[in-house]
Amino acid sequence: MKNILETKELIKSFGGVHAVDHLSVNIQEGQITGLVGPNGSGKTTLINLLSGFSLHDGGSVFFGGAERKKITPWENQIYNITRTFQQIKLFDQMSVLDNILVIITERNPFLALFERHSKYHISQAEDILKQVDLFEKRFHNAGELSYGQKKLLEIGRVLAMDTKIILFDEPFAGLFPEIIKKIENIIKALKQEGKTIVLVEHNMNIIRNLCDHLIVMDAGKLLAEGHPEKVLTERVVLEAYLGE
Amino acid sequence: MEYIFHITILISIYGILALAQNLVMGSAGLLTIAGAAFYGIGAYTAAILATAFGFNIFTTLIIAPIVAGLIALGIGISFARFRDDYFLLATLGFLMIFNTVVRNWENVTGGSFGIAGIPKPHIFSLTFDTPFSFLVLALIVLFIVIGICYFISRSSFGRVLNAIREDEDALKIFGYKTSTYKLMVFVIGAMLSSLGGVLLASYITFIDANLFTVNESILLWAMIILGGIAKNRGALLGALLLITIPEALRFFGFPNEIAGLMRQCIYGLLLVFLMLYRPKGILGQYKL
Repeated sequence: MKNILETKELIKSFGGVHAVDHLSVNIQEGQITGLVGPNGSGKTTLINLLSGFSLHDGGSVFFGGAERKKITPWENQIYNITRTFQQIKLFDQMSVLDNILVIITERNPFLALFERHSKYHISQAEDILKQVDLFEKRFHNAGELSYGQKKLLEIGRVLAMDTKIILFDEPFAGLFPEIIKKIENIIKALKQEGKTIVLVEHNMNIIRNLCDHLIVMDAGKLLAEGHPEKVLTERVVLEAYLGE
Repeated sequence: MEYIFHITILISIYGILALAQNLVMGSAGLLTIAGAAFYGIGAYTAAILATAFGFNIFTTLIIAPIVAGLIALGIGISFARFRDDYFLLATLGFLMIFNTVVRNWENVTGGSFGIAGIPKPHIFSLTFDTPFSFLVLALIVLFIVIGICYFISRSSFGRVLNAIREDEDALKIFGYKTSTYKLMVFVIGAMLSSLGGVLLASYITFIDANLFTVNESILLWAMIILGGIAKNRGALLGALLLITIPEALRFFGFPNEIAGLMRQCIYGLLLVFLMLYRPKGILGQYKL
């Protein structure tokens, strides 16, 4: 396995708070890497930095061995990376179908001006909606969906992006077991397709069930990493994160 | 009958302006109050070229959008870092600068005296100098603008504009350079607004800076909010209602000066009422 994503001495501060503090981690290609830690440990900040949602203050980020000095979000498609959000960010006043169509249609604004979505685009979007059980809701506005359906639509957008690297930020939070199972199966299928997945999650059963590798953060720093079963028994992790 | 033609010409001109405003503000969610400035740029470009250089108004219908588009490009690039209410304030500043320039650049714009004697459009031996003939021209331009707006709103570009309005940050993550989209729609909106300005200048044959104040921009806001934000039909309905309702006041016996003030009150009250009870407008499905 090779490193597809790597941070070296990555730093992000908000005022005097070091949200990510000289963090060096490796994400291996084709694996599901769990990212855990107490609230405020910097997990979401790290996802934000890797996806260009916010800019890092120092350190380096490497994609496939090449450094991205400034990570701009509109280059995510070029670098084959996408993400979901802890707090759902859908296009609420657009239809469920349009939420997918906007992901699979033209990025270049001049070409987009002359592009009409074709039967191919519709069929592709509908296939994705079937995968996330939202086909019946395709003409509803995204804002009208239930919380669980909104989470599924976020997953649908990730499927539509079809990138090599996917960052999931708490995709299971607040969901019923049935939808959790559904999303678990989608993530497993993505791994089967060879995708590299980073999963921020608090539920240790899900972490044990899905992850090949686990990174534990605390106060913006790397606390421990390795195989989940091994890491979750380390004293330092139990003390700092699980309070045991 | 001529009165009906006159009202319909005004509806057509304001329909063009409302469609342009709707494209920028309704579709893309860019809160701009510069609509009156680009409308004014179109009017002054036509007036100056026609009166000082003898250009045909038809020619100015091509040149004015280019001038407005280039100015919008410069303004759009300068304002690219602003969003939401900051963008609104920046565009207000631009409108105030535009208004101050046309009031004081007497050699070119006539200053507070304005520009009079703007000719009617003519092509070969045909001059559009009757209300009916001018109405035909205004409707042709309106239908072209309607066509452009529908072309954009039904394209992938239009869908991206809506997504920018909904959540620009989320859209960026999916590989969209949203600043380019916003710049393009701002320029297109300015170009379309300038067409309304050319028609107005040629129709009333006199323009001055008082025609292009913040009140005009607020009127355009009221039109698209009343008709329905992000709906081309809504913008047209808003223009229709907000031109005809104040005209109806004349039939209630209000003197012209009172009717004028009443008109401003109606626009203000309508905005407050709509924000409270119908933020999506009459035909709209979206709210800002």
